[in-house]
Amino acid sequence: MTVQSLEIRRSSASVWGSLSGARTVPTVSKYIDTTTCIGCKACEVACQEWNDLRPVATEQVGTYQTLPTLDAQYWNLIRFNERDFEGGLAWLMRKDQCMHCDEPGCLAACPAPGAIVQYSNGIVDVNPDQCIGCRYCETGCPFDVPRFSRTTGKMAKCTLCVDRVSVGLEPACVKACPTGCLHFGTKEDMLVMAHIRVDQLKKDGFAQAALYDPAGVNGTSVVTILAHGDHPEWYGLPANPHVPILVKVWKKFLRPFGGIAIIGAVFGVVAHYMRHGPKSAFGADQDDSNLPLA
Amino acid sequence: MTNGWVDIKNADVILAMGGNPAENHPCGFKWFIEAKKTRGAKIVVVDPRFTRTAAVADFYCPIRPGTDVVFLLGIMRYAIETGRFHEDYVKLHTNAPYLVGEKFGFDDGLFTGFDEASGTYDKKEWAYEADAKSHGYSLDHTLQDPRCVFQLLKKHVDRYTPEMVEKICGSPKDKFLKVAEIVTSTGNAQRCGTVTYALGWTQHSTGVQMIRCAAMLQLMLGNVGRPGGGVNAFRGHSNIQGATDIAGTFEILPGYLKTPASQLQTLADYLKDATPTTLNGAQWPSMNYWTNYPKFIVSLLKAQYGANSTKENDWGYAWLPKIDGNHSWMYIFDDMYRGSSTRAGGKEPGPEGLITFGMNPVGIGPNVPKMIGALSKLKWLVVVENYEIETATFWKAPRDYGTADASKIQTEVYQLPASGFAEKDGTFINSARWMQWKWKAIDPPGNAKTDQAIMARIFLAVRDLYKKEGGALPEQVLNVTWSYTNPAEPDLTEVLKEINGKALADIPDPKDKTKTIRLAGQQVENFGQLQDDGTTMCGNWLHIGVFTDAGNNAARRSTADPTGLGMYPQWGFAWPANRRIMYNRASADAEGKAWDPSRPGIVWNGKLWVGDVPDIKPDSPPGEFGAFIMNAEGVARLYAPALADGPFPEHYEAIESPVDNLLHPKVPTNPVAKRFSTDKDVYGKREEFPIIGTTYRLTEHYHYWTKHTQVLNQLQPGFFVEIPEGLAKEKGIANGSQVRVTSARGSVQGVAMVTKRLHPFKVGDKQVWEVGIPLHWGYAAGATGHTGPLANHLTPSAMDANTWTPEYKTFLVKLEKA
Repeated sequence: MTVQSLEIRRSSASVWGSLSGARTVPTVSKYIDTTTCIGCKACEVACQEWNDLRPVATEQVGTYQTLPTLDAQYWNLIRFNERDFEGGLAWLMRKDQCMHCDEPGCLAACPAPGAIVQYSNGIVDVNPDQCIGCRYCETGCPFDVPRFSRTTGKMAKCTLCVDRVSVGLEPACVKACPTGCLHFGTKEDMLVMAHIRVDQLKKDGFAQAALYDPAGVNGTSVVTILAHGDHPEWYGLPANPHVPILVKVWKKFLRPFGGIAIIGAVFGVVAHYMRHGPKSAFGADQDDSNLPLA
Repeated sequence: MTNGWVDIKNADVILAMGGNPAENHPCGFKWFIEAKKTRGAKIVVVDPRFTRTAAVADFYCPIRPGTDVVFLLGIMRYAIETGRFHEDYVKLHTNAPYLVGEKFGFDDGLFTGFDEASGTYDKKEWAYEADAKSHGYSLDHTLQDPRCVFQLLKKHVDRYTPEMVEKICGSPKDKFLKVAEIVTSTGNAQRCGTVTYALGWTQHSTGVQMIRCAAMLQLMLGNVGRPGGGVNAFRGHSNIQGATDIAGTFEILPGYLKTPASQLQTLADYLKDATPTTLNGAQWPSMNYWTNYPKFIVSLLKAQYGANSTKENDWGYAWLPKIDGNHSWMYIFDDMYRGSSTRAGGKEPGPEGLITFGMNPVGIGPNVPKMIGALSKLKWLVVVENYEIETATFWKAPRDYGTADASKIQTEVYQLPASGFAEKDGTFINSARWMQWKWKAIDPPGNAKTDQAIMARIFLAVRDLYKKEGGALPEQVLNVTWSYTNPAEPDLTEVLKEINGKALADIPDPKDKTKTIRLAGQQVENFGQLQDDGTTMCGNWLHIGVFTDAGNNAARRSTADPTGLGMYPQWGFAWPANRRIMYNRASADAEGKAWDPSRPGIVWNGKLWVGDVPDIKPDSPPGEFGAFIMNAEGVARLYAPALADGPFPEHYEAIESPVDNLLHPKVPTNPVAKRFSTDKDVYGKREEFPIIGTTYRLTEHYHYWTKHTQVLNQLQPGFFVEIPEGLAKEKGIANGSQVRVTSARGSVQGVAMVTKRLHPFKVGDKQVWEVGIPLHWGYAAGATGHTGPLANHLTPSAMDANTWTPEYKTFLVKLEKA
């Protein structure tokens, strides 16, 4: 379901979005400070409850992490990693979810018109009414986020609580976070806050502290502070995420080419009609008068 | 907490030790983060495991479970040696200058006054020295006299060198020194730090002495009474503070008044025993607040027995139950299991029935086989609960708990459906002593009743039986006042008003007898209005002010913060007297000026103390009274001649320990910590059980209750054992495989969680391993819940010498592949 109060900046398999230009909306952002996250999982539960997702079956396999990876019923997962580094042991907890890329690979890869949209505020959302369940978006995502639901036959992922955001509320996870390691606001404000915190961390001995806002996808609407900013892979994050080259080729070249092919096909149909006239459905020898009126 | 949750944001250094607040108090933990972000505070974690708290701390130092006394005395030694303590504060607000009598001494693990036969100390041998001329305290303000507390402390901690800390605690010397340096950076007027703890300190056979260490350290650093300071206990349940205040344990009446002992037959005897007296000629006259004891107890008796309580009958003192010894948790179950009372030399029968309210003895008691064995001896058991818990179904516990064949158990079990916290009004008192009213959200399901309805109906039925049939001492029940609008389900606002108390007659103004301070029927407003002549009643003196004629102050929700320090004086009600920081007189110096003007607690403005609600008489000028009004000597105690196991803390190994006591092998464990002696009270030997076991909670679950909850079971699906990588390698245990942990009491099986967060400890020249055992499971989880082993199957019948809290945090186990 798309949110009517937000205009659409980009839409899958469509040339244009629906920006009227009548009003501008600032890009929003969630800022995650992993250095103050205690892995309490309140965000996991808040996400499920707000989005009406049923509890998933889990099993204790020797970790604090709820699930090995995201799920169509689980859009928000704290990833736990233990790492030895020169300063001692680090027990890293990182909130895994859709990053809401400025250049969303999922949207680029999606062949179904309007199934994945990017709102004017930067939120990337799946519209299940349009989703055809082809799973191409999985290929397009550099963060391994979209999940296919066998129950609905559609793709599912974090919506950044666009239904809450569009009426002026923060996402459910931010609301639930007890330590305040999650913040929500305009991307501009979030970057200011985040950079203050990064400077503080650098003073506190984390020389490599950095804000993860990868340029490969032109930045994200979910930015994450990493104390070990030189090792995003310790947190299960790609060092240089980018939209896969094949998806780019599809989007930039093959799909316009496909469009040309479609126009060609239409042209061919028209030409065929002009030349041969309308095709009879039932053959020339059938008596049309016996057919009920359509 | 001496301070409060919000006040943690005012700290420069936060020592989290004996607790894992990020795990167990995630909401309160926000103030740690606030301090870190806004003040640049340093969070230091000293813990046997690298915890969720350690994950976001500035510095982590490992420590072997049960050796915290060594670590903390080591910091005190470091502070004295380097001069990094707040000397002005120590001289002004502590008993450092007080001389101790010649009889006190310490040798090879024992203080003077130890009686081998009874296993107790004669505390009189530890008394202060009385001045020969004035019969008052003898003081040496230069702190040089070898008999003064400061010098005795210096001598006592001298053995706790950084090398000794490393040897006993297994904490690397450099890490210990780093912690000592950060913590003692607050030993001055400009900086202030807090110490936070929880059950990681209380649940040891030396638990109280660990907490004593924290109090002493904070006094040395001058951090008690100040915003951003204090010794802060994080309570384990939403209202455990309220339960304690209102007499949660056998030895106290509401407001921490003492339960009378059987030899104190009259109120006069009781008051003589309970009201502390002070030596003459103290440093300054002490307010010695407990001299008000008669007002508190008489007003309590008036609240309890109403018009039946008169001067002629000693206000009904005779009807109060008297105790003849220890009736704490483990003793009750010991009596139950034996079927006879140990206190009466086995001559009297043990309890034949038990009512448990909001409590699951089988799950929470140590040594589960003994708990189940004890319940099996009962004639009847009433379980008041929301769920069918382990205790209600103890008779069908798995056989490996040593449960007898159900057909052989004669106990008749009744379960009364109770209502959950959201299904009733009432109050919670949080760790910060804030009493907050809560409103019912939904009705209880089915036949479930509120606690007060269940209790009232039992009371009324029992009273009817006494009326009809009589019995031994019927007055005890028949004279209780029960004047609620609905006797079968008292309205809790009426109960709260009763707790606050009211005037029963007009109370004259002591300064001008022609005036009155309260009219009959008006609620009392402060401690000063209580009387000992039966003209006031009060259910708990400590809670006075919570429900005055102005209304229910626990229901206030104003976020006004006039000091800017997060005291929020109009939010709920903080006992005592709505004071947000206890001992706040100590936040100021001798002249009444704040040690740190940017964080004043209270300051003297020439006429009055202003800021927080002062704990000293508001118009008493600096110098008139000592800051610590509850102590007879008026100052805080670095030396406490009141505890069962010594006036100074000393290192003793846990009852089950993998190593010798390196300081005094002849006295390895706490000499006054009792052990039990039934066939179920078995203690493990280190040869057979070489590994330390420790139990704890997880943030995803709440005690033994949430294993019924699908959403939370999803987050933590089942029982596991945390195993350090090195030990797993040694035993060939793979992450996620099944392991078995066995103690002398029993054994549990679960999934191995192999982790870097647990590590070996080097103790002397021996390497010691530890495994971690979370405690949220059990055999009763209904049709949809998750069952699992009870962690307390492993824990021993060992306990602290002062509070009789079981030693859940350190015991011995062995580990095998399953």
